[in-house]
Amino acid sequence: MAWQWFHRLGSPRWFYQKTSAWMPWLALASVLLIGAGSVWGLGFAPEDAKQGNSYRIIYIHVPAAFLALAGYYIMAISGAIGLIWKMKLSFVVMRAAAPIGAVLTFIALFTGAVWGKPTWGTYWVWDARITSMLILLFLYIGVIALARAFSREQVADKACALLALVGTVNIPIIYKSVDWWFTLHQPATIKFTEKSSIDPSMFYPLLTMIIGFYCLYAWTLMAHTREKILQREWRTSWVQQLMRGKSMTESKAG
Amino acid sequence: MQFQFESLAAFLHMDGHGPFVWAAYAVTFVALAALAFQPRLQRRRLKRELERQQRIEARRRSVEAQRSRAAEPA
Repeated sequence: MAWQWFHRLGSPRWFYQKTSAWMPWLALASVLLIGAGSVWGLGFAPEDAKQGNSYRIIYIHVPAAFLALAGYYIMAISGAIGLIWKMKLSFVVMRAAAPIGAVLTFIALFTGAVWGKPTWGTYWVWDARITSMLILLFLYIGVIALARAFSREQVADKACALLALVGTVNIPIIYKSVDWWFTLHQPATIKFTEKSSIDPSMFYPLLTMIIGFYCLYAWTLMAHTREKILQREWRTSWVQQLMRGKSMTESKAG
Repeated sequence: MQFQFESLAAFLHMDGHGPFVWAAYAVTFVALAALAFQPRLQRRRLKRELERQQRIEARRRSVEAQRSRAAEPA
């Protein structure tokens, strides 16, 4: 009895129906927060005394990097849950998280490079933080490539989960890289245990963007997971009904 | 809170940092939009594939029906 909710959580159909109700709100929240945060950060936050206006890239760089790391946790933990409890849905979430994480890591690296040019005078440097983030990108790409290498989904799921779990070694290295190897990348500006080294006038727009990126991540992960569910469960009657119902209403409207 | 730039031109230029800042924002939003629209494309592809299979199934049924009618003695 106590485990009933856990098994229901593993049901792809239950997930599909629940997320249908949540997704419009998440979409609204992410558009509003990211829109407001961008305008705030680009136009209204004060200029940085040392870096000038180039620092405004922080409002997308930091949220993207946050989610690139959090996304890896989500991917690896979903993989672990899938391996341990053989939960179908969990593997689907893991597979959906890989391309999203790859894009976010790419955004973090790209915005970092573009920020580096006016600030450090170079687009790229083999700094510890940057190199470990590049490894993170390769791990995400590795999971995507590994998934495509197998023709059987169940085998691909297990292999991807193993790779994702082994890759978690990289995560603490990324976090600690700015403290262990004090090279070019600046240390963290937002700290949870002590006072942050960022002025409130810059911190609030950044916080708005971070929350907005979290909402967008949740929305995107749900959207990708739902598509993967339909692809995997297309033989079941509920998916057939869903797809037929959709196409019927669409043809009526058109 | 106050707008930090005197004109739109100054906002776009950002004291020479404009191209970097705007390129970073543009690439980010394009990448995020692509990620957001990908499921929609996948849905369309799946729907087309299911409709194709339905057509094949319908054709197979009609051929079978014809064959069984032809096999019946007149």
